[in-house]
Amino acid sequence: MQKRSIVPIVYILFLMLPIYWLVAMSFKTTNEILSGFSLFPQSFTLENYTTIFTDPSWYWGYINSILYVTINTVISVAVALPAAYAFSRYRFLGDKQLFFWLLTNRMAPAAVFALPFFQLYSAVELFDTHLAVALAHCLFNIPLAVWILEGFMGGVPKELDETAFVDGYSFPRFFATIFVPSIKAGVGVAAFFCFMFSWVELLLAKTLTAVAAKPIAATMTKTASSAGYELGLLAAAGTLTIIPGAIVIWFVRNYIAKGFAMGRV
Amino acid sequence: MKTENQKAWFFVLPVLLLVAFNALIPMMTVVNYSVQETFGDNVFFWQGLDWFQQILRSDRFHAALGRQFLFTFLILIIEVPLGIAIALSMPRSGFWVPVCLVLMALPMLIPWNVVGAMWNIFTLPDIGLLGYFLNHVLGINYDMTQDPIAAWVTIVTMDVWHWTSLVVLLAYAGLVSIPDAYYQAAKIDGASNWAVFRFIQLPKMKTVLTIAILLRFMDSFNIYTEPFVLTGGGPGNSTTLLSIDLVKIALGQFDLGPAAAMSLIYFAITLLVSWLFYTLMTKDDLN
Repeated sequence: MQKRSIVPIVYILFLMLPIYWLVAMSFKTTNEILSGFSLFPQSFTLENYTTIFTDPSWYWGYINSILYVTINTVISVAVALPAAYAFSRYRFLGDKQLFFWLLTNRMAPAAVFALPFFQLYSAVELFDTHLAVALAHCLFNIPLAVWILEGFMGGVPKELDETAFVDGYSFPRFFATIFVPSIKAGVGVAAFFCFMFSWVELLLAKTLTAVAAKPIAATMTKTASSAGYELGLLAAAGTLTIIPGAIVIWFVRNYIAKGFAMGRV
Repeated sequence: MKTENQKAWFFVLPVLLLVAFNALIPMMTVVNYSVQETFGDNVFFWQGLDWFQQILRSDRFHAALGRQFLFTFLILIIEVPLGIAIALSMPRSGFWVPVCLVLMALPMLIPWNVVGAMWNIFTLPDIGLLGYFLNHVLGINYDMTQDPIAAWVTIVTMDVWHWTSLVVLLAYAGLVSIPDAYYQAAKIDGASNWAVFRFIQLPKMKTVLTIAILLRFMDSFNIYTEPFVLTGGGPGNSTTLLSIDLVKIALGQFDLGPAAAMSLIYFAITLLVSWLFYTLMTKDDLN
């Protein structure tokens, strides 16, 4: 153990403190929370979790979120794969401008788009559907997926393509059976990022839904205000939103660093 | 070498259509609103550039813009050096590396309003861990619903908590890509730690740090949910950042014209500053 490893340890402790507090609160009764400060739950309770798992208006929030995030991830990665291949292998009219324009969509404040999105998706009659949120999140996830995949594809030598074509592979067969498997780490990382940004975004998801597709994060804000300020319930719901992210990141743990660098190291 | 092939357009067509649907139509709606006045009932009047002039001259906009730049400046100046320092002190390999990286990435995977709610619970003066510690153990009078300074310290700390890991992960990715031979050569030359950092590590991290700074700039400049949930822009207007003010005008007051004009100015500033950052940071590569 080196002396300097104290820095990451202190940093990770700092990161875990608010998370610990959220988890600790979720096991307390509302009474205990409001009656005063306690470092550990004194009267340990699972009541908050029971409420969430038995009340459809709560657990449907989770199902809704997972549904639109999954749809978004599939669409984003599927359309980004051929596009990233084009940017990585070919020169074509307007390629650099197009790539830059795609990236500018990552810069648009979601607050700018909230109202026009509501009107657009109401006009095409997709309001309050999972598809609406999934498509809206494509605005920032597709450019990101293209960017990441293009970085990973740049690391695959062009000889691979040429050899395959000489061997008589058709393009679709080469792409599906040779090329995509050769960058599967990149596909995993791109999918992870799409999942992450769709999972954490709330402003658009909340604007585009009312009842049928309402995300869990929006359920939290509504219930917190209508049923008084039930901190224990809020903490339990918050704790549950951390779990999907933690599961997904465990799958890509060996590619995290490279993935965050968009494959560009 | 890339080959010229116009058929590549077919490969990018699905991306183009999906993003254009989401970007161009709403953007045109915003442009439309920004040059018109409405009194409801879908009746619009041509307004020209009045809204733009009004926004650009308004004290409220200047104040929100000033707060936004201050916030972005503060988090960049804390998160970038801190992130580099943490990345430098991480082990390069071993069992603990993926564990550290997963734990560090965790805050970024929490929905943004949960981040706000979590920090709210964490900082409640009498029953939150941090609030209790500051007030009752250290004896500092801390209440962010009353004190603008406390509110600012809290939102900046929250952002540092939330996003420093992004800089760490990017810087770390740059560091592990440096071959051992570089370090051995530096050792033979008797280079100091500083020299190793300045002439080996920093240049190798340049690309990833450019990405880190750009992403942190864009995302902190567009930040809405976390401070909105945590402070609601208060006390008073002291933490009303640009997005919060924009949503207040657009959805709170339903002043569509001014809100749309403000959106476009806001977007233009984000684009311009991002472009400046990018040009400055990649200037050496072009020469």
